[in-house]
Amino acid sequence: MATKQLADAGLNVAVVEAGPFFDPADPKTMTQLKWPYDSPRRGAGTDRAFGEWDMSYGDWEVKGEPYTVEPGTTFKWWRSRMLGGRTNHWGRISLRFGPKDFKGKTRDGHGEDWPIGYDDVKPYYDKVDKLIGVFGTNEDLEDDPNGFFLPPPKPRLHELFYTKGAKKSGIPVIPSRMSMLTKRINNDRGICFYCGQCGRSCSVYADFSAGSCLIFPAQKSGGQVKLFVNAMVREVTTDENGKATGVSYISKEDRKEYKLKAKIVVLAASACSSARILLNSKSKQHPNGLGNSSNLIGKYLHDSTGSSGMAFIPDLMNRDVSYNEDGTGGMHVYSPWWGDNKKLDFPRGYHIEVWGGMGQPNYGFGFDQGAFNKLVGLPTGGYGEKLRDEVKSYYGAIVGFGGRGEGLAVKENYCEIDPTTVDDFGIPVLKFNYRWSDVEVRQAKHMQDSFEEITHNMGGIYLNRPGADRNHGLHPPGEIIHEVGTTRMGDDPATSVTNKFNQLHDVDNVFIVDAGVFVSQADKNCTWTILALSWRASDYIIEQLKQQNI
Amino acid sequence: MDRRKSIQTMILGAGASALAFHGCKTEDKPLDETLTAAENTNYFGRTPDELERIEKLNAEQLFNEHELETIAVLSTVILPPKAPHGGPLEADVPEFIEFIGKDMPDMKNTLLGGLMWMDHKSNTDFNTEFKSATLEQQKQICDQICHHDDDIPLDDQPLEIQFFALMRNLVVTGYYTSKVGIADLGYKGNQPNVWDGVPQEVLDKHGVAYDPEWIAKCIDQSTRNTVATWDDEGNLLT
Repeated sequence: MATKQLADAGLNVAVVEAGPFFDPADPKTMTQLKWPYDSPRRGAGTDRAFGEWDMSYGDWEVKGEPYTVEPGTTFKWWRSRMLGGRTNHWGRISLRFGPKDFKGKTRDGHGEDWPIGYDDVKPYYDKVDKLIGVFGTNEDLEDDPNGFFLPPPKPRLHELFYTKGAKKSGIPVIPSRMSMLTKRINNDRGICFYCGQCGRSCSVYADFSAGSCLIFPAQKSGGQVKLFVNAMVREVTTDENGKATGVSYISKEDRKEYKLKAKIVVLAASACSSARILLNSKSKQHPNGLGNSSNLIGKYLHDSTGSSGMAFIPDLMNRDVSYNEDGTGGMHVYSPWWGDNKKLDFPRGYHIEVWGGMGQPNYGFGFDQGAFNKLVGLPTGGYGEKLRDEVKSYYGAIVGFGGRGEGLAVKENYCEIDPTTVDDFGIPVLKFNYRWSDVEVRQAKHMQDSFEEITHNMGGIYLNRPGADRNHGLHPPGEIIHEVGTTRMGDDPATSVTNKFNQLHDVDNVFIVDAGVFVSQADKNCTWTILALSWRASDYIIEQLKQQNI
Repeated sequence: MDRRKSIQTMILGAGASALAFHGCKTEDKPLDETLTAAENTNYFGRTPDELERIEKLNAEQLFNEHELETIAVLSTVILPPKAPHGGPLEADVPEFIEFIGKDMPDMKNTLLGGLMWMDHKSNTDFNTEFKSATLEQQKQICDQICHHDDDIPLDDQPLEIQFFALMRNLVVTGYYTSKVGIADLGYKGNQPNVWDGVPQEVLDKHGVAYDPEWIAKCIDQSTRNTVATWDDEGNLLT
């Protein structure tokens, strides 16, 4: 987003990307509309964690780019090495934060308030909605604010079952809010053609990816953007006054170091990568890393909480397969947080994502058929002619739930430089220290309770509920892939890394426009807020340049 | 001859062709033509590193001729071919299992050991290899290992039980991820279309209905090509 805004304002922008160039429209790299039988492994996830059609080069492991984890703690760090990064494969769930989400401490005493509020960000959320496109509905909900939405798609069959089941328990269900174009927003991007494969990155640019929707238009608008790909930034370089002078990067092609000079450095490498670059940018003026006089870079790392579940719904057996229900990628309906924390044993909340339906079969389809037989009172296992009937009768009868919520930002969860280990490019790597606390575990239990209750309301059978021994299914930190908080913003330079305009307190020509600046995560996904704050920071940069302050 | 063809030739040449389904579909489309079509799709969005690994795996051989024939025979016992969408051989299931056994080396010993168990059992009981036993004899062997106790983790059960469960998974997934299997399943997606909700008769069949208030907010697909504009309150004007 910063590239687009700064280039549109007439500035020269060098984009330094650690992975290769990527364009979702390139037939050579495209996986959209491929069939499982186009691959000898039928879509299995051997090379890509979310299956081989997923459009992310890199997952929780990246060849040649290790990280370490403090024993006894856990963190899984996702990286997508390609132009546009993980926006090429993300779920496109595009939720604004609400007023309460910016004021966590005021709300319940936990964590810290942001130095800004909803009113500061609202104009930018509005602009992001209009520039990028997001479907949804205005529901006048206090903490899930209205926006400028495209109309949502109609619910699928299992989503009607979910809606009925959730509402019976008083859990609200509304159309989902996702950045796919159900309707044209300009003449440069295509409209959704409902293949359900946004995770493969859309070749007609009908979903939001940073490359196709921001970088490419920025290149067209003024020709001011120069891309440096396969370039791993090692550090931000500084002068004798401690001001940033540019970056040094290692070319992945020849493993040699190169330098780029810049008036302003904007980091958008992901919360942990940006923290890593700053911590590795040591100099006489900045002995413990650039912008780190507070010693807080890397601290307050937090991911969304997540617990997942699955249900078998007998009333969804023996589906009529005469129609195509791929729809948009992901869900057409979801449940925003509804709980009253005064009555609960954990702070903050979560939303529920729902999946199911008659999707494209890929590797793993039809596994453990026998387990379903048991649920409907048939003998498990077996073989022969009957397998066909069984596979077909269960097709589309599974509904899945994903609770995605807010964990608390605490100083004790952090990443730091591990000086003993370098990556293939000689750059010291990150070491993670992260433990969930009891409140996140209790939240996960509440998610499981909700899923089970909704399942019963749907006349279904809840499958494999994880118990206390498995932290109620609470995913390890990093698995929800919403890393935020490592360079948090604030008014006090002693307790924050950037000011409220994403500018380092210590160095006025360095900005961070990824989720590192988040003070807290909210029970929303982070992308829409990253985009809004990045736009806001870009406006501030342009303004400050005009006033010759930087 | 490339590997795909050589595997098909081995299986079909070894008499397993009797197990292949000879319905109108396959007669319409000779095997060679199917293979040529498949060969043209070998570029499927892989990165250079990923392609290199696939080529490396393709150059290796996991199963010998006898084992591939046994897999072919067993897969058609597990999922017999049926008109009009054939069975595991039309779905290239043996080729798929050969590849996946190399791609996921954890299953290698289960697969190899399981095949040996099948032959040993067949030799002991019927004095012939599994692939050459009669269908009745093959079923007698399978019947002893096809129902496992769900309450005990599969990993804690004897190898032949694990093997059969794994083979059943691979045969079913291999078939239903193939062109013929997807046709058998009836999946209608993976193509451009305009989603406009669940057909009324399907809603009726499952006893659910759309809420008119909700539907009123959804996209009117006749307006999808009109560029969106809003008033200041976020109400869509177009």
